[in-house]
Amino acid sequence: MVPARPKLAVWKFASCDGCQLTLLDCEAELLAIAQQIEIAYFLEASRATVAGPYDLSLVEGSITTPEDAERIQEIRAQSNTLVVIGACATAGGVQALRNFADVADFADAVYPHPEWLSTLPTSDPVSEHVFVDFELRGCPISKAQLIEVVTALLHGRAPTVPRHAVCIECKMRGTPCVMVTHGTPCLGPVTQAGCGAICPAWSRGCYGCYGPMEASAPAPLARRWREELSVAPLDVQRALRTFNAASAAFRTESERHG
Amino acid sequence: MAESRTLRVDALARVEGEGAMTVRVVGDRVETVHLDIFEPPRFFEGFLRGRSFLEPPDITARICGICPVAYQTSSCNAIEDALGLEVEEGVRDLRRLLYCGEWIQSHALHVHLLHAPDFLGYESAIHMAADHADVVQRGLNLKAVGNDLMEGVGGRAVHPVNVRVGGVYRAPSRADLEAFRDALERALEDAIATVAWVGTFDFPELHQEHPFVALHRPDRYAIEDGRLISSTGLDLAPHEWPEHFEERQVEHSTALHAVMDGEHRYLLGPQARYALNHDQLSDVAREAAYAAGLGRECRNPYQSIVVRAVETVEACHEALAILDRYEPPERPYREAEPREATGHGWSEAPRGLLYHRYDLEADGSIRSCTIVPPTSQNQASVEDDLRRFTEAHLHLPDDELQWRCEQAIRNYDPCISCATHFLNLTIERHG
Repeated sequence: MVPARPKLAVWKFASCDGCQLTLLDCEAELLAIAQQIEIAYFLEASRATVAGPYDLSLVEGSITTPEDAERIQEIRAQSNTLVVIGACATAGGVQALRNFADVADFADAVYPHPEWLSTLPTSDPVSEHVFVDFELRGCPISKAQLIEVVTALLHGRAPTVPRHAVCIECKMRGTPCVMVTHGTPCLGPVTQAGCGAICPAWSRGCYGCYGPMEASAPAPLARRWREELSVAPLDVQRALRTFNAASAAFRTESERHG
Repeated sequence: MAESRTLRVDALARVEGEGAMTVRVVGDRVETVHLDIFEPPRFFEGFLRGRSFLEPPDITARICGICPVAYQTSSCNAIEDALGLEVEEGVRDLRRLLYCGEWIQSHALHVHLLHAPDFLGYESAIHMAADHADVVQRGLNLKAVGNDLMEGVGGRAVHPVNVRVGGVYRAPSRADLEAFRDALERALEDAIATVAWVGTFDFPELHQEHPFVALHRPDRYAIEDGRLISSTGLDLAPHEWPEHFEERQVEHSTALHAVMDGEHRYLLGPQARYALNHDQLSDVAREAAYAAGLGRECRNPYQSIVVRAVETVEACHEALAILDRYEPPERPYREAEPREATGHGWSEAPRGLLYHRYDLEADGSIRSCTIVPPTSQNQASVEDDLRRFTEAHLHLPDDELQWRCEQAIRNYDPCISCATHFLNLTIERHG
């Protein structure tokens, strides 16, 4: 008898689809992956679905409605290992900007009949609702890191995902520091690596889409932006409040500016 | 009492995002069709208020991971309109090249992974690969070229980082772009072969009468800018959009429905572009289309897969043409002082016209904005197709009718992340 292949499920909550698309962007690996694991539930790719339980669930998106708060509980119950992918799932995403305002004002701005909507006052990371086995950062996630995480977990080992700053990746690829050489404000010193330090290589500052690194200390960086680079307080706040606005380190520092 | 039946699909697959659809059949008549959209509202137009005019290209990209360049381009066009900022020709070429990359990856994804399995009777492209590995891999290779081009011009494939108001952050050199020539030439061949392949499919019969709406330029197939024209005779600049189009909210849907000149239905996307811009297609794309059995226009939505493949040929051909003519801009971007102004902008997302409007304060912060994605504009056309297709095919067994209805939705390559969230398909039969 052929041993059963591990069952993979991919779930979507409030998000742009970009992180689950990253799985389909593994053009060179996709067909080989599909031979090693059973893609049991992945609606973006297949209308065939296999009932749980699932060995590995990948969850994209943040929790923003009462219905989704219930759905994530069911998914957790059916999943042996649950990995959240992308800034929406790990930090609430850009839609967590609602957490700094009254969501009713936003609804009024977008919809003539906001009373027809069902929505929570905040956009939450998945970990505020259920236990999460692993968090893969990024807006969007990195294809190489996704493959590493899936491979590692299915082989029962811990994924190798660096927790250092984007600065290290700039050094590794030989990109001159944009802050030192051009005075460009950059979040690289406080942001977790993983993207490959793309933005400085394209002559712009890191905008923090992988979220705060471990022991991230944005306060000295923000002070330097304001004192040496003459960045206005409101612009410091804006920079910290984008795709990981609700993550603790960025949120706390953002409240000191603006 | 006559028998009544209910068909139900809990979640429609192979679309970007999720939503719900109900078709209620009474006797031999389709009584109601509702495409219900459950995308949890993310309130982009709400939280963009008070943000800087420089931020929409990065922020609005996050509305859609499949077509971020459409959002980046339409937002730049609108804000540059507000500021009276003209970008350099080299920048235009870079933005168009990036957009070609997005068209190639998005169309290749939809044609091979999302739509073709319907025609050949497979649940997914992965199931299809068991019998058609070469074709699926060719589609994946084509998609990879689109993604690689986006990385080469935009820094990454999902949410590129190299688009800014007034230009780009860094302009690649001619040699940087030249590195893509071989891959693009192979992609062009693969795209032509794809048109021939999808042209052999069996297409269910359905004739649409929806008015076509698309951007148009006399000198090239419109992608990143142009004037809006329609088969009903419109010819508009971006600032005229609000005079002719209106968004309305309908209950049970978090996407707003758009209405043109009081006409509920109009069609955006590949079929509209193909018909309205036929004379601007390159010879190689037009020849591929004719060889696959298309005429000057395509009114059967099930054949949209052929049109999408033809547009992939066009995007590969155009990308190569840009490589031939590209001269890096003198400066990667131009800056403008913020001012109190309103700007309108648009571009052709792979699924159709995407309109943005920004109302700026004197300090450059956003007072209000409007974003109208293509999928919500096409919704009335999807519903009309479903109604007429179902009425004409009530003799089909439930499971087949259901699959054909799902396929009818996928004809539109709906980007439900842009417009919708949880798509359930329910067909109720009464009597």
